[in-house]
Amino acid sequence: MRVTFNVNGRPQEADDVWEGESLLYVLRERMGLPGSKNACEQGECGSCTVRLDGVPVCACLVAAAQVQDRDVVTVEGLADYAKDRAAGRCGTGACGTPLGEAQKWAAKPADGQTGESTESGDLSPIQEAFIDAGAVQCGFCTPGLLVAADELLERNPSPSDQDIREALSGNLCRCTGYEKILDAVRLAAARGESVTAGEGV
Amino acid sequence: MGVTRNPTNITQGSKTKGGLGESTLRPDGTLKVTGEFAYSSDMWHEDMLWGFTLRSPHAHAKILSIDTGEALATSGVYAIMTHDDLPAFTKYGLEYKDTPVLADGVVRYHGEPIAIIAADHPETARRAAAKIKVEFELLPLVIDEETALADGAPILHPNRDDHHAGHVTHPNIVHRQPIIRGDANEAAQRADIVISGEYEVGMQDQAFLGPESGLAVPAEDGGVDLYIATQWLHSDLGQLGPVLGLPEDKIRMTLSGVGGAFGGREDLSMQAHACLLALRTGKPVKIVYNRFESFFGHVHRHPAKLWYEHGVTSEGKITHMKCRIVLDGGAYASASPAVVGNASSLAVGPYVIDDVEIEAVALYTNNPPCGAMRGFGAVQACFAYEAQMDKLAAALDMDAVEFRQLNAMSQGTIMPTGQPVDSPAPVAELLRRVKALPMPPEQQWLAGDSAGRSTDVRALPGGLSNTTHGEGVVRGVGYAVGIKNVGFSEGFDDYSTARVRLEVINGEPVAMVHTAMAEVGQGGVTVHAQIARTELGVAQVTIHPADTQVGSAGSTSASRQTYVTGGAVKNSCEAVREKVLELGRARFGSYHPAWATAELLLEGGKVVTDGGEVLADLVDVIEGETIDLELEWRHRPTQAFDLVTGQGHGHVQYSFCAHRAVVEVDTELGLVKVIELAAAQDVGKALNPLSVVGQIQGGTTQGLGLAVMEEIIVDKNAKVRNPSFTDYLIPTILDTPTIPVDVLELADEHAPYGLRGIGEAPTLSSTPAVVAAIRAATGLALKRVPVRPEHLTGT
Ligand code: FES
Ligand code: FES
Repeated sequence: MRVTFNVNGRPQEADDVWEGESLLYVLRERMGLPGSKNACEQGECGSCTVRLDGVPVCACLVAAAQVQDRDVVTVEGLADYAKDRAAGRCGTGACGTPLGEAQKWAAKPADGQTGESTESGDLSPIQEAFIDAGAVQCGFCTPGLLVAADELLERNPSPSDQDIREALSGNLCRCTGYEKILDAVRLAAARGESVTAGEGV
Repeated sequence: MGVTRNPTNITQGSKTKGGLGESTLRPDGTLKVTGEFAYSSDMWHEDMLWGFTLRSPHAHAKILSIDTGEALATSGVYAIMTHDDLPAFTKYGLEYKDTPVLADGVVRYHGEPIAIIAADHPETARRAAAKIKVEFELLPLVIDEETALADGAPILHPNRDDHHAGHVTHPNIVHRQPIIRGDANEAAQRADIVISGEYEVGMQDQAFLGPESGLAVPAEDGGVDLYIATQWLHSDLGQLGPVLGLPEDKIRMTLSGVGGAFGGREDLSMQAHACLLALRTGKPVKIVYNRFESFFGHVHRHPAKLWYEHGVTSEGKITHMKCRIVLDGGAYASASPAVVGNASSLAVGPYVIDDVEIEAVALYTNNPPCGAMRGFGAVQACFAYEAQMDKLAAALDMDAVEFRQLNAMSQGTIMPTGQPVDSPAPVAELLRRVKALPMPPEQQWLAGDSAGRSTDVRALPGGLSNTTHGEGVVRGVGYAVGIKNVGFSEGFDDYSTARVRLEVINGEPVAMVHTAMAEVGQGGVTVHAQIARTELGVAQVTIHPADTQVGSAGSTSASRQTYVTGGAVKNSCEAVREKVLELGRARFGSYHPAWATAELLLEGGKVVTDGGEVLADLVDVIEGETIDLELEWRHRPTQAFDLVTGQGHGHVQYSFCAHRAVVEVDTELGLVKVIELAAAQDVGKALNPLSVVGQIQGGTTQGLGLAVMEEIIVDKNAKVRNPSFTDYLIPTILDTPTIPVDVLELADEHAPYGLRGIGEAPTLSSTPAVVAAIRAATGLALKRVPVRPEHLTGT
């Protein structure tokens, strides 16, 4: 079976896909996009979370055939997705945020040497906040958490702690104890608010 | 951008940014947040095959026959191997070589590997495995102490030749360690109150998120390259050599990204299988366990039964302690002997008790093999002795924290093994600190948490299920403290190796650090770069990928890596610095007398005197040279415990953490919500404060998991009932409360930078603190973890 769909704004094609193959397998093993992680392949841990037409789903539970002609955003496309959203564009046709409400982030990626922010690259605000807050240890949960947290902030730019906990309750992390993940989401939200406030929006 | 070449133009003695003591961010952070970091399950090779393991459906059975014919005929299948196809030595193991690579005619636990398959698609391999026909004859089961030591019990390893075989009282005992100090019977005479109790700890799983996985690529020289997630490359290598029948230099191992470990990657899992299939087929073979298989693919935390007796005077001084700890080691030894050493030598807890009688044993059974997990033998003991402390305090009508403080050990205390504690042991102070932290407000669901952040009904037990609005909810507070050894004990040659290179690249001094340390998420790579920046005064440090092209770093476990490999990096950097200064003296010594007379440092890319005077640019000193040194480093030696008395200076260093738990319990439904779990820990010196706090929070959460939800259920047929994340529950963000952390830094003069291993201690006391809080809320005795709803509702 051949499956054709958009991943991170680009058309992709996979041939010889078995009927039982999951979206996660096709992304990781056929398309060279291993960013979405395979921690349980049972829909229990959220490590494989991607956006399917804007909706966060566990890629391990989606049959590859179900995504024919649809839009998928993975962690690899998160920075571009956030950038497009901030600019009011929609790279995937699935962005739900109108221009006026879009957060205007000043993304500063981390330096490969020191891990500290530099001015040159392009990470999404939530990616940057995860690094800055120390929310990444082994990092296996991180891609799924980032996709879920980004979607939360898109819906709710200033979530309460309980909102964050509720939104991320489907994503397991075994290393961090979650406190720093909460910190990261709070940080991204606060930076978003301060950017918006600073511009008088 | 020009490079400043004039030494007089720089800020004198400027510290290099990103050095020790700063919360420097992870060098691998960007790769991890963009999805580009290559974990072991992400390995890929053109033309690779997929490996799969056929595992035993029975816990104890003789294998009468294996028919692979139909499976092998499946299109897309390249190879199937069983015990009979193994090319060389057929067993491996961390301490005893008792674990078959593939079942050797008998299966001894549910899930034991019987055959391995290589095929062109993971599904082909799985379907082929289902076509392998195995005939079994069931054998009687050994499932606990009673069945293990009964007359006529099946002997699981009849031909033992390990170094404890002659010492144990029964061949189904893996190892036994008594510790006798003083005279507990005589001291018991002085007790006004004697309290005894029996406790039980369920089987916990490491449940790291990144599954066991890796890629083996056959090489032209007949060897193999293995890309693998592990905790100790050289330990794997030493076990793989004999099994593959290859000299070690033909097995090249490179660490690929590790998605957590917590002890579960100390033993081999799929390493040998992937290499065997790659060598057999001549093609790269990738194996990735799914979560179901992962629960069978690694050892677990030892479930334990513990019996304790303490006596106390009416003034509150503990007179004596007796205990017996029985650990279920499962079918193979793994790390059980060392777990026994820890459980026994730390059984007394962080308390002064001169007269003790301790015995710890680990058993061979047909249950899943157990071995290393964060806390390693100390977790089980801590649950029991802390429950005893609460009982003793209650019997004396004393405050539970004051009672602990009254009996707390300190620097100079003699351990039951006769070893004096020769570095700070701030047990009473940690308890004081954790008690002094502000309490979360009552009825937090209305008032907000301790940091003033808003909460709501979702913060109640039952949470989103909206099972209560606060009626029937009672609160309890509990305390606990624990002691954990750091590093490998009992005379183990616990060394590490680091190679450090310093050279000028594009006009900048650049250091490269190469070790075989497994970065499993703990942040060792961050700290190594910080050490190199601090010791060499350079901004740019490259961390070389960990592989077996450099000497062993030992295991990433026992809270030892920052101590030991950090020590090795420091040591190598110091040697590199000496070389730099030698070069400097030769090149510039005649220009300034300070080269010969002053204490010299490297800071901010310069050579400076200890008075802050700049002598030269590092770039000018090393121009044209590459300084490249590889050195080993050892902590002070330890001794084996005497097998009869348990005496011996067995441990290098101790680590202490205290917790206060606040819980709310819906007593009708038996639902527990941990409201807050505060920690206070002495870390000696916080090399990276951000990572230190992250480790303490993570360890605390695993302890919470053991307290209220985590258990591998093994039924009476020794079969695992819940090998999935649906049924084996680990804490989610909804189950995990705010974790305030108070970090104390009392330097250990024997350790590099005064540091103290940190990763494991927080896992110890977190569990008993939560259970103590549930006891306080409900008045129930609760002798077993995890505490389940039915224990609270009496159903
Ligand atoms: S891998 Fe998909 S939810 Fe766990
Ligand atoms: S699972 Fe390791 S950082 Fe979350």
